[in-house]
Amino acid sequence: MSAAIASATTQRGPRRRTGFAAVLIAVAASVLAYGLQGLGVEGERPTNLVAYGIGFAVLAFGGWYAVRRSARGADPILYPTAVLLGGLGLAMLYRLMSARGFPGFATEQAVWLAVGLLAFVVTLFVVRDVRQLDAYTYTIGLAGLVLLLLPIVPGVGSEINGARLWVDLGFVRFQPAEIGRILIVIFLASYLGQRRELLAAGVGRLGLPRPKDLGPIILAWSASLAVLFLERDLGASLLLFGVFIVMLWVATGRWAYLLLGLILFALGAYIGYLAFSHVQVRVDAWIHAMDPNMVGDEGYQLSQGWFALASGGMVGAGLGLGSPTLIPYVGSDFILAAFGEELGMLGVSAVLLLYLVLVGRGLRIAVERHDSFEKLLAVGLTTVLGLQVFVIAAGVLRLIPLTGVPLPLLSYGGTSRIATAITLALLIRTSAGAWFPTRRQPKVEETPPDG
Amino acid sequence: MDRQIRRLGLAFVALFALLFAQVGYVQVVAADRIANQPANAARQIAAEYAVERGQILAANRTTVLATSTPNPDPNSTYRFIRSYPGKAIWGQITGYYSQVYGRTGLEQAMNPYLSGTAPEFTTQNLTDIILGRPKRGGTVLTTLVPKVQIAAQQALGTHQGAVVAINPQNGDILAMYSNPSYDPNPLSSGTPEQMRTAWQQLTSDPDRPLVSHAFQDLYLPGSSFKTITASGALENGWGPQKTWPNPHHLELPGTDAHIENFGDEYCNGGSKEVTMEKAFEDSCNVPFAEIGVALKADRLAAQAQAYGLCRTQPIEGATTSCLDDPIPFILPWEVGRFPDASYFANNEAALARSAIGLDNDQLNPLHLALIASAIANGGTLFAPRLVTEARDSTTGQTLRSFGPDELAHPLTPVSAADLRAMMVNVVTSGTGYRAQIPNVVVAGKTGTAANTTGPPNAWFTAFAPAGPDQRATIAVAVIVLDGGDLGNEATGGQVAAPIAKAVMESYLP
Repeated sequence: MSAAIASATTQRGPRRRTGFAAVLIAVAASVLAYGLQGLGVEGERPTNLVAYGIGFAVLAFGGWYAVRRSARGADPILYPTAVLLGGLGLAMLYRLMSARGFPGFATEQAVWLAVGLLAFVVTLFVVRDVRQLDAYTYTIGLAGLVLLLLPIVPGVGSEINGARLWVDLGFVRFQPAEIGRILIVIFLASYLGQRRELLAAGVGRLGLPRPKDLGPIILAWSASLAVLFLERDLGASLLLFGVFIVMLWVATGRWAYLLLGLILFALGAYIGYLAFSHVQVRVDAWIHAMDPNMVGDEGYQLSQGWFALASGGMVGAGLGLGSPTLIPYVGSDFILAAFGEELGMLGVSAVLLLYLVLVGRGLRIAVERHDSFEKLLAVGLTTVLGLQVFVIAAGVLRLIPLTGVPLPLLSYGGTSRIATAITLALLIRTSAGAWFPTRRQPKVEETPPDG
Repeated sequence: MDRQIRRLGLAFVALFALLFAQVGYVQVVAADRIANQPANAARQIAAEYAVERGQILAANRTTVLATSTPNPDPNSTYRFIRSYPGKAIWGQITGYYSQVYGRTGLEQAMNPYLSGTAPEFTTQNLTDIILGRPKRGGTVLTTLVPKVQIAAQQALGTHQGAVVAINPQNGDILAMYSNPSYDPNPLSSGTPEQMRTAWQQLTSDPDRPLVSHAFQDLYLPGSSFKTITASGALENGWGPQKTWPNPHHLELPGTDAHIENFGDEYCNGGSKEVTMEKAFEDSCNVPFAEIGVALKADRLAAQAQAYGLCRTQPIEGATTSCLDDPIPFILPWEVGRFPDASYFANNEAALARSAIGLDNDQLNPLHLALIASAIANGGTLFAPRLVTEARDSTTGQTLRSFGPDELAHPLTPVSAADLRAMMVNVVTSGTGYRAQIPNVVVAGKTGTAANTTGPPNAWFTAFAPAGPDQRATIAVAVIVLDGGDLGNEATGGQVAAPIAKAVMESYLP
């Protein structure tokens, strides 16, 4: 081989190889988990293990290749971490759904995971420079608001489990708020990036910004309240308001906004508690889940989650060897408890650490970028992801009342997988900077005929 | 902005630290307390079902009473299913093992061994974890002899009743069958709905198949109690040849009632006096009522206690509870009962009736078989033994053995020999002639206890071989409820003795 190619490899070698090896590890661990769950549940190696492994590897490396092609120099850790979480979640969903007799549901999730990957790749290729988005501040903000409030529209929205989150288009049902949330984050990043000096400086004796500048912020706060009151979605409302406050604080550096946000949050939560019986039930179940009169009733899901975690102990029962299917909605909100039962404290801690890695890398990207829109975008996207993980994990662990949000990448879900994929694609794009595809240079050297 | 972003990073680390702390609390610090809550029963049972539960084997170590097989349904939470190949024949001994109704019988009594949680398993479990072997429960070896159990089932036929056969030399239970019995399989495998259906059927059955007549119920012993009264007389120095007044009726002081012989017959052709031996052979009530009165309450009660009957303080219209610890047995059982001596103060009528197995006397086939065993074994009573050992299923190593338990000496060897001879006479020339086995000396005693409603219960207890220099290898007690197919005409000698005979024949060489 020629020295030219060898030197080219060494030039961009280390980073590329780190990413490749990490994806390889993620794929191996995911396929291993799939094999183990089959052994645990069925007592034998899944018959399609090889096909599953090849399919998973092809998709994972396809995504890796797309990142290399379109976002050279991107963060090498984000993508493999996401692959590992997705692979572990899929293995667990196969384990849960085949134990319940519906392995088809898990296959459906495998398809959604692939669709998510497609959304990831498409986002990477379509958004060649995140700063393009900065030009459409209000368009994006409006689109986000519409998606957020779409389920309220009569005839479009449909109600499941007391929350009005779904939009039924006849052929497909999805949760537009998941996508809407990303658009709102882009809007906030753009808006706050442009006005952060104004908002930070403030005018008048109290140092408050002009009402004109505050308008969109009031709108965002109202939107999160609308989500709470009109859609009765605690989790989404909490996420939206949380990311809004965090971004405002990061943009301005003013503690007053954080304080004001917390006061407004407490106010909203209290009003929500008074106004909605299902919020009261949630709080009651959170506090009294283990009481004898609640444990089999309102507290059933929470207590079963705790029982699953406690039964798992330090190292867990082993994949496929516990009884996580006793927990209602174990595949969506409570998948962390399933990990706790079968992989123990070590498994749960590992999963949480992977999320912490995602958060850490996301914030690192924010620090590394110089453009304030890019910084705020990375902060916002990361905060949504991290808050979402915290809210559901703390809910399952009974640190806070349970709010039904899916665990990104692990949980059963369709729209949420696409939303997470887009989030990760935007973070990776931000980390890589702009991409200007150039025409391929013609090859100088020919491979010798004898190979 | 970077300062805020770094602070945000720290905030996330703090939030996740809370999560890690709570994970540690729930999964390690408080894990046992949480996981062992009763509300977690489903998971606890599923964990139990994840272990290959040990087998319960008969004494021959090849006949399987209970076993665990991998669940063919991969979608079930339960990895193994418990099955009972003998169906109803061992049902009341093994009990059932149900995720809905819990455990009974040996499944409950031997659960720590069958599930592998007993302390003896600690090293094995550690080895299993290190070698990655699946955990297996221990094997339980019983004393039961299948051919005797089958003989008992067949001899009872359609009669409601029960048979208990014991090896008198060590208390081993050779057979213990009650008709009707039940099949534990539908309660232990299948869907919860199927279990509920089976349970409904069993609990609504008026014949109560879940309750064994052999050891979980008590009945008036009738004349079979004369073994105890005779023991008291012999221990008191009143030999078999001592004669007793033999009136047609015995008037009971302080009442209008009297005691009469069975069928209001004249004992020994109406002779003025009769020996205890002859009265025993023909099961005359009047002389034995006299013996009881002559023994007085304390000596008769003491003899009953020596046989392990527990004292009661009967109160009119109330169930009598046991004042003593019962004879130890691995399964919960109803031990025989006899009133405390104080109950008979100024109540000679009750004493006379108690001496012939009436009033508040209570026995069941298991306890009567124990009494016969003690007589057969030269006066030494062994506690009933059902399980001999628990073994490691993988290595076959004995983890715990249960030795014979010599309990008491209700009779001296001399009295035991006298009583044995009296019981031989019952079979050779008395009421128990239907238990005769060619070329085998059989000792026995009949009993026919009137029921307040319906036909009488027929009793028979026996042991063999019962020659003067022989050591008996099997002692049997039989009860046939409500007279079996003879109805009001039934007696212990007619209905129960042939069953005892068939059961002994199945075991004797």
